[in-house]
Order: sequence, then C-alpha cells, then structure tokens
Amino acid sequence: MSVQTSVQMNDPAQPMTSATSLLEIKNLRKWFPVQRGFFKRTVGYVKAVDGVSLVIQPGETLGVVGESGSGKTTLGRCVLRLYELTDGEIWLRDGERMLPVHELEGKELRAFRRNAQMIFQDPYSSLNPRMNVLETVGEPLLVNNVAKGKELEDRVTEVILQVGLRVEHLRRFPHSFSGGQRQRIGIARALVVRPKLVVADEPVSALDVSIQAQILNLLKDLQAEYRLTYIFITHAMSVVRYMADRIAVMYAGKLVEVADKESLLTHPRHPYTEALLAAVPRTTSGRNVKRVVSVGEVPDLANLPSGCVFHPRCKYAVERCKVEEPELRELDGQLVKCHLAEQLTLRGIGPSPNGAGKG
Amino acid sequence: MTTTPTNDKLIEVRDLRTYFYLYEGVVKAVDGVSFEIRQGRSLGVIGESGCGKSVTAQSIMRIAPEPPAKHVGGEILLHLGRDGNGEVVDMLKLDPHGDRIRALRWKEIAMIFQEPMTSFSPLFTIGNQIGEAIQLHLPGLSKKQVRERTIDLLGRVGIPQPKRLIDAYPHQLSGGMRQRAMIAMALSCNPRLLIADEPTTALDVTIEAQILELIATLQQEFNMALMYISHDLAVVSEMSDEIMVMYLGSVMEQAETGEIFNNPLHPYTQALWRSIPRIEGGQDRLVPISGTLPSPYNLPKGCPFYTRCEHRMPGICDAARPPMIEVSPNHKVSCFLYKQE
Repeated sequence: MSVQTSVQMNDPAQPMTSATSLLEIKNLRKWFPVQRGFFKRTVGYVKAVDGVSLVIQPGETLGVVGESGSGKTTLGRCVLRLYELTDGEIWLRDGERMLPVHELEGKELRAFRRNAQMIFQDPYSSLNPRMNVLETVGEPLLVNNVAKGKELEDRVTEVILQVGLRVEHLRRFPHSFSGGQRQRIGIARALVVRPKLVVADEPVSALDVSIQAQILNLLKDLQAEYRLTYIFITHAMSVVRYMADRIAVMYAGKLVEVADKESLLTHPRHPYTEALLAAVPRTTSGRNVKRVVSVGEVPDLANLPSGCVFHPRCKYAVERCKVEEPELRELDGQLVKCHLAEQLTLRGIGPSPNGAGKG
Repeated sequence: MTTTPTNDKLIEVRDLRTYFYLYEGVVKAVDGVSFEIRQGRSLGVIGESGCGKSVTAQSIMRIAPEPPAKHVGGEILLHLGRDGNGEVVDMLKLDPHGDRIRALRWKEIAMIFQEPMTSFSPLFTIGNQIGEAIQLHLPGLSKKQVRERTIDLLGRVGIPQPKRLIDAYPHQLSGGMRQRAMIAMALSCNPRLLIADEPTTALDVTIEAQILELIATLQQEFNMALMYISHDLAVVSEMSDEIMVMYLGSVMEQAETGEIFNNPLHPYTQALWRSIPRIEGGQDRLVPISGTLPSPYNLPKGCPFYTRCEHRMPGICDAARPPMIEVSPNHKVSCFLYKQE
C-alpha cells in the first residue's frame, strides 16, 4: 500500500505546485460532436468529459467510479491520448520536468506510451486471436524499439512468469486460455514496457467472482514491486474499496467528489456519492431493509440539465442548484462539487463490520 | 402465508439431473439437485458461471434447449392451487411444447432474464407484447380490458406515464425501464413463483437498487415466491430468505441467509466468501480459491470441489459423493467433514 492517501490535493485550477505529482490533468474536456443530416452538420455535443482536473501521486491508486455514461472510460482513454482532447492539459512527470502529454506528436507520443499503458475490460475482444502470447506481449517492445529477438523473448518470458503464466504458454493462442488467463496476458502486455502509469478500465468486470480475487491481488503485488501508479476505473464500489487509495466520483462527465478512500466511503460530502453508496447491496443488511434509493436515471449527455447536473435526482436540491453550477472546491481535504456540502450530513458506509446477518 | 406451514409447498425439485449431450462429450450441467420453495418465500441461488444455476431455472420452466439438453432424472413437482391441496404436476413429464405447460408457464411460474432487450421482440410495442401474454392466459377479456390491465401493470412497476409508454417499442426505453417492462409482463397473470435469473447484472448500481426494491415490494404485494439467481453475494442476500450455493451442477450448502453468511460450513462456501471484495471493507487481502475449475466433460468422481478443497481427505472425498446432511435445522451441507446430528 502506498502512503499517498494523506497527501493533500492542490487546487486544481492553479498551476502545478506539487513537486512530487506523477500526473496532472487540467480542465480536460472531451466533447463528441452529434451530427445530423446529409451534410453531417454538427448540431450539438455529447459532453463525455467536461472540465476534469486531477493530480495523481506516484505509487497511488486512484479509483474512478461512476455509472455508465459518467465519462470514466473516456477520461482514462484521454489520459493515454487514445482519444484526441477537445480541450485541457495533461502533464506527466519525466524525471525533473513535466511532459506536456496533450501536445505530443509522432515519435514523442510513442515514447510516452512506453510510460503509460492500459488494461482493458474484456479479455475476449482485446486480444488478437491470430497472435500467440509471445507476439501479443512482445508487440509493445517491438513497436517501441525497446527490444527484439532473443532479448525480446527474455523480457516477455520474465513478465509472463510475473503475471502467473508459464513458459510453455508462450506459443499458444488466446482461444486456449480461460478468461482469467487472458486478463493476465493483457496485464503482461501492458507491463512489459515497464510503464509508470497504468490505466485499468474495469479489469475484472468480465471475470467470474472467484477469478476476480486472483487478478486484483496480482495487480496489487505488481504495484508494490514496480511502484506502479494506477488509474482504476470501475463501477463496482466493493472492488474500488479493496484497490484504491483515493476515489474520484464522476457523474455526467464531471467530477463531483474526490477524497481519500476512507473519508469518501464513511463521510461522503456529495449527495450523489451518498446515493451511489446507498445503492450498493450489502451482505450484512439482510432482507427487507429499506434503502435510500435514488430516483431517476443518468441524464442525456447531449442535453444536460442546467445548474448542478445532479439536481433533478438530488433530494436535497434547492432553487440555487437549478440555476448555478457549483465549483469543485476543497472542504476538509475532500474535493466536492456541491453548494450545500457544508450543511449536509450525509450517510456513508460504516466502518468495518463485526458480524452479519438478518435483522 | 395463506396456509398452514406443513402444506405450503409450492415447488419441490428432487434429484434433478439435466445433462447436455454435446459433440465433445456430456456436460452434467445439473447433477442431482434437490430443493423446495414454499409459498411466498424466496430462495437465492448463488454460484459461479457454469455451476448450473441458470440451467436449474430453465429446467423448471422447461425452456432448456432440448436437444442438446436432456432431463435424465429427477422430478420437479409443482403444487397447484392456492391452498396447497390441489393437484401435483411433474413438470418433467410434460411435453415442453404442449398446451399443459403453456398454461402453467406465466400463470403459475414466470421468469425474468438478464438482458431485457433480447427478451422482448423489437418489432412490437411493449403494450402489444404484455397484452398478448394476458390474452393467452386470461381469455375472455375484451381488448379494452387487456389494455387497461397492461397500463395498470406498467404503472405498478414504476414506469412513468404508462398511458403513453404502452405504445413504446423496446428500443425506446432505457435498460432499467425495459427491465421494469419485463417484470410487468412476468406479473401479468399473477404467477405464484417468479424466477429471476440475474435480472440486474446488466444495470447500473443505482438502477439495480431501484429494480431490487421493486421486485421485493411486488413479491409481498402479489404474495409470490421468488427464486433469485445471481453471482453477486450481496444482491442475493438482500433478496432471499434462504440461500443455496451451487458448484459444478451440485448443491454444496443451503441455509437461511443470516446463517450462511455468519456460519458457512462447506469449504467452497468459506473459500467463496473469502475471495469476494465487500463494500463493508475490513479485508486486508482477498484469498482466491486455489486451482482452477475442472473440465466440465470430466468431473471428479466424488465431491466436485475435491480438486480445489483445502480440507480434502484422499480416499474419502474422491471416492463417493458426499450426501446432503442437515447439520442444524434448515442448514444443509454436502461435505464429509460434517456428521448428521
């Protein structure tokens, strides 16, 4: 476990002040145009990510949670420049200086990819069925001119063993592996270039419950060994509780709350975080426990509500929330985007339970 | 409860065996499963993919694809009549395409599925499809009455503006709304048993919470029994009075919900509990279940969990199937570590 949980966030609107941060995201926007008609006229935008700022420290795991359509996957892909940004800046530490990821082109962009890699959700569709393990895992080394020939095979073998596969798997093709093994191949492929930053987008969602634990533990062990920094994107609150040091909650393309894990889970400051936590089923609550269930559904991203994006579903909303969009501001070390954050006492998840059961 | 406790059996499954005869070999998807569900009660079924939980449900409905599936043994006894003194029908003896089973499906037992988009036809409005189910099972209603009943049902499952959305096509609804429409269809003929096969797995967590609450409320309102299938421990625990843990086609353990979480007996249940991250936290490190699933074509001869069990006893566990024994009242386990009281 890293010790970054207590590190205070900088004011995201200000230029970089922290001398230790690994990644800084400033006011990131990704708007997808909505095109209509014969001439593909742009009639509007889907604001998938709209003004996100984050600072990530080396060695920490930042969990990004939210419902589908909240923009968490788009955020992860923007950080790796898999999508072109609409606006905003991304800075990655490279020794003493910060590298402007948002401006990189060509050779420099490829060099950046050596430092930042992605683990995908679906181990069935993210591997090329015509490439064996050696080719799949060795490809990043080849295209980045890191290694070839015997050296490549040695490095692939080394990483394959680390993720819990065996040497005899090298010449096999993806179809002969189980879901958990395929996800190990995906992890090996991401780690073979020794990145500093890994974006893991729902890495265990497609796996069976008993396999999830193996992959989560593997990710933790690899992090400890190589001091990796994770952006861990998931919709499963229980998984993020196990993995993350800090948690960022997204709703409709915006960050609504960022805090260290324990504070966010036990004392959420944003009503959406409270609703999200209340919705999570628990083994300890048993039958017929009435939960606070939030009403309504995620808004249309091409046609967002005015003011605070969450106000139509928020049970605390007042007149001000309908007209004025709140800022993401700091409150007792937590970042929260809510006008009423000081006044509300919200319910989180209690500290670790003793005993379970009904009634 | 509408009857005395001794007489409120709704469905009894005895030694059900559903095998799939495939080119590669025989998969014993369900291999000797027994349980019963009483009226108005709910049974949760939990297990990993391939443990036979869905096939068990499909066998009850007789919608497992035959062939390749074949019910090679056992009986599924459905007790008809609200007072429990009616006729008893063995679902396995009925023709899966016959009139008798069509009269029982939907009216006695209804089922909702994981992906509501694939459960509805995209060519007809939801009102049309729910209305069809009502007309088939409750003949004699006029078109207007059917429409009114459909609107009433859509309103009861929380679909806003049911008068307008009755004429919507499935693709015009969101995932949560489609699942609500699916539930409305399942409830259209007041079934006595609702089988829910992972109905919220494809939904977001806040929508999932809404649907779980809806199912629990409607279960009380309609006084239905519920069989709730999921791989998600927490969801099952919120929905069920009793929980049955399955592994590779067999029942490993069955007990009341609180009991099975506080006092899991079977090594598989214990291992499963330790391997799953919980929202309540307090887990320094997850403990994965060691080993891998054996090939479904070639299951171990004795206990199916033998190859991965940390308490395995060579010569005992791999020689014969452990019988299901009742360790304490309503707590049954299939493991040689335990002796009958």
